Amino acid sequence: MAQAFDASAQQALLIQRAESALAMAKRMGADAAEVGASVDQGIGVSVRQGEVETVELSRDQGIAITVYVGQRKGSASSTDAGEASLLATVEKALAIARYTGEDAAAGLADAALMATDLPDLKVHHPWALTTDQAIELALACEQAGRDVAGITQSDGASLSSGEGVRVYANSHGFVGTQKGSRHSLSCMLIAEDAQGMQRDMDYTSARDPAELADPAMVGREAARRTLRRLGAKRPPTGTYPVLFDPSLASGLVGHLMGALAGGALYRQASFLCDRLNTPLFPDWFSLEERPMEVGATASSPFDGEGVQTRDNRFIDRGRIASYMLSSYSARRLNMTTTGNAGGARNMRITAPLTRHASLLSQMGTGVWVTELMGQGINGVTGDYSRGAAGFWVEDGVVQYPIEEFTIAGNLERMFGGLVGVGDDIDRRGSIHSGSWLIDGMTVAGS
Amino acid sequence: MTDQTSDLQTAVSILLTPGGLDLDALDSGLGYAMGAGVDYADLYFQRTWQEGWVLEDGEVKEASYNIDGGVGVRALAGEKTGFAYSNQITADALVDTGRTASGIVRSGKRLPGQAVKPVAVASYYAGIDPLAGLSADEKVAMLKDADRIARAADPSVSQVSASLSGTYEVVLVRASDGTLAADIRPLVRFNVSVIAVKNGRRERGSAGGGGRYSMSRLRDEQVAERYAKEAVRQALVNLDAVDAPAGQMPVVLGAGWPGILLHEAVGHGLEGDFNRKGSSAFAGRMGQRVASKGVTVVDDATLSDGRGSLSVDDEGTPGQYTSLIEDGVLTGYMQDKLNARLMGMAPTGNARRESFAHLPMPRMTNTVMLAGQDAPDDIIKSVKRGIYAVSFGGGQVDITSGKFVFSASEAYLIEDGRVTAPVKGATLIGNGPEAMSQVSMIGHDMALDTGIGVCGKEGQGVPVGVGQPTLKVDELTVGGTQS
Repeated sequence: MAQAFDASAQQALLIQRAESALAMAKRMGADAAEVGASVDQGIGVSVRQGEVETVELSRDQGIAITVYVGQRKGSASSTDAGEASLLATVEKALAIARYTGEDAAAGLADAALMATDLPDLKVHHPWALTTDQAIELALACEQAGRDVAGITQSDGASLSSGEGVRVYANSHGFVGTQKGSRHSLSCMLIAEDAQGMQRDMDYTSARDPAELADPAMVGREAARRTLRRLGAKRPPTGTYPVLFDPSLASGLVGHLMGALAGGALYRQASFLCDRLNTPLFPDWFSLEERPMEVGATASSPFDGEGVQTRDNRFIDRGRIASYMLSSYSARRLNMTTTGNAGGARNMRITAPLTRHASLLSQMGTGVWVTELMGQGINGVTGDYSRGAAGFWVEDGVVQYPIEEFTIAGNLERMFGGLVGVGDDIDRRGSIHSGSWLIDGMTVAGS
Repeated sequence: MTDQTSDLQTAVSILLTPGGLDLDALDSGLGYAMGAGVDYADLYFQRTWQEGWVLEDGEVKEASYNIDGGVGVRALAGEKTGFAYSNQITADALVDTGRTASGIVRSGKRLPGQAVKPVAVASYYAGIDPLAGLSADEKVAMLKDADRIARAADPSVSQVSASLSGTYEVVLVRASDGTLAADIRPLVRFNVSVIAVKNGRRERGSAGGGGRYSMSRLRDEQVAERYAKEAVRQALVNLDAVDAPAGQMPVVLGAGWPGILLHEAVGHGLEGDFNRKGSSAFAGRMGQRVASKGVTVVDDATLSDGRGSLSVDDEGTPGQYTSLIEDGVLTGYMQDKLNARLMGMAPTGNARRESFAHLPMPRMTNTVMLAGQDAPDDIIKSVKRGIYAVSFGGGQVDITSGKFVFSASEAYLIEDGRVTAPVKGATLIGNGPEAMSQVSMIGHDMALDTGIGVCGKEGQGVPVGVGQPTLKVDELTVGGTQS
């Protein structure tokens, strides 16, 4: 039932539109210009309690144009595919550029840095999935979870599958394009006891449908995660080591990258300003970006301004070895771009890995956190305070589930207090990490 | 108040005419979505023009303009929803999206569409293009004013960024129950963020606000000056902040934006979908006591020019004043048509969607706790040791367990009934129904927030408002570092 999506035809069309927009910009007085365009199509189904709840077909397109007139900049974007709309969008970008201020750092990335090595990184794996098949998979996932004793109801299972094309082109003559796909299946379940209801979920996500986890396993894992939360108490207030689940440790890497981002640094809005080449983590810990990894979540040979991506080592044996820069932020900091316009791609940790049980015994008495809530991270100071749920651990043995507490500290001290990294690596997102054991955080509970 | 007939005419000329459509053509469009077995269908047409200006280092460095629009077509059959959308507003697009949406069911009776009933509504904001209220030069001048005033306010200010943004949104809804409604929704916002550095310490302060009105009103109300000074004040307070305490203690919340407590602790839990599904900690508790006596909470879409206000919601139901909790007793849920019908209730004008490309859901508009009797000073005086929190970052709730968090961005210690040292931002955590039962004093100083809220649900963001008087919660867990 899904409309056919011819990715190659779409790609040709997008390239043509991007080039036509660049030509219009030049003709209308822009000294330089860049264009990003994309088309995505997908299907999403959700089921609940064994019945179909929604079937959603999506198709999104957009084009964004940035023009430079001297050192002034203007941007405009539109979701309308027509030629008249393209012209109006370019006109608007130029009109706006008349009112922005001169900015010495503004402009395209250097022409010499444009990507020339543009291999197919195998991130496009379309799934010929009918609506009925999508529904069956979601139903199978949910049913496996509901079949587990103790699950009282389902909050639903969802399957989404999509593919798309993106193009980036600029007036250096660079044209970069990539086809991609993303498929995922998730399930959320509810269990109840005298104390009240608890819910938890599991998901699988991959670029290639063949790499998705078995739907029944996702349902059963959602059930296991939900049931283990029943009977939660509050932990005592005090200072304890904290063990972060892999997905939450990935979040900590995300906060680190936010603080190493050029945009935060030149605005002095980072707790890592002026810290290049100083120690931050223990010396057994390194962190790398591998943007050219074949088939990975965030692989791309070119960044958001056409610059060739490269392996970056941000943390080398504990020290801050590199910031994460685009051309603009690099110019502001008198440095050179690291090929990170648009962010970091495929983050990988190099460290001795420890089994989860060993991390628990290393922790002794403390808090194992499986869920975090809220946005209590101050990127300017590194202060960290978030709501949490998880398990109370004594002498390395899990005692009981805990909830309604906070963990607090400062990211700089937390990174320095990293004691161990688990071998339980979560590969579903672009940051691959195992569990992290961090010493000496403040737990506020009862 | 604006004339709704003129809103409808404007919407038709902006949304339908360019693609060769008129109101009559929508009947046949609906016909494709009302396939066999479908019991309700709607067409949602939308066009938005967004503008954003950003100042840094004393210059406007970024300016952007975005045009978006299309039609979303939805078909409902029992609890099932079929949905498709298109960027094109043409007869062909209505055929394609209508057939796709109604494809969720393939058998059953074909229901006739009902005669058009234009929805009569009051307007809670003017149907204008807010971007046209100021010239580009005036917009740039406002941002530069904010920069100058913030830098002049204190020598420790090292970075200033200011932004001005606005959206002009035109929507038209046509549904198989006869609904025909249009709405023109302006929305503007001005923000200032500063970094202050003193004695090697660096802190941020920020302030902003806006609502459903013209950009010219931001200038007339001199918000550049007001928010620049407020951002600097907050940064300076934070430069002196000491570590926050950790553990359970009384918390006094200031009036206005701290109403985010209500939004997280009770608001989401009272949305119709979660209660129909029984996944909310408030499910099945209608008519029961869920908060202390004296606590009255409403969702009010009718506040004049409010950020969360709606003249009509995204299903064409008029915006309303909906009582949620009255004197501590649960009295109402927020509903869209689907959940209202399945629960045997009436829609409350709370159906909202991020855009035509998203499905509507029950969402909050402006969620407010009404004023009580207590003097704010008396509330502070009643606390021996606790926290006084006056500004917050964001919050989150697990509606099933009822656990919610929100993060303070400006807070103080209360010692022996007096507000003393500022403390670093800390996350507060509690359980919605429990926290509402721990409200022991309610101020007479009800205030609305300045117009900065964005609420996220299932990946969709919509603008919302909150408001509350100063109030005391006897026990919340404060997530500081001083245990």
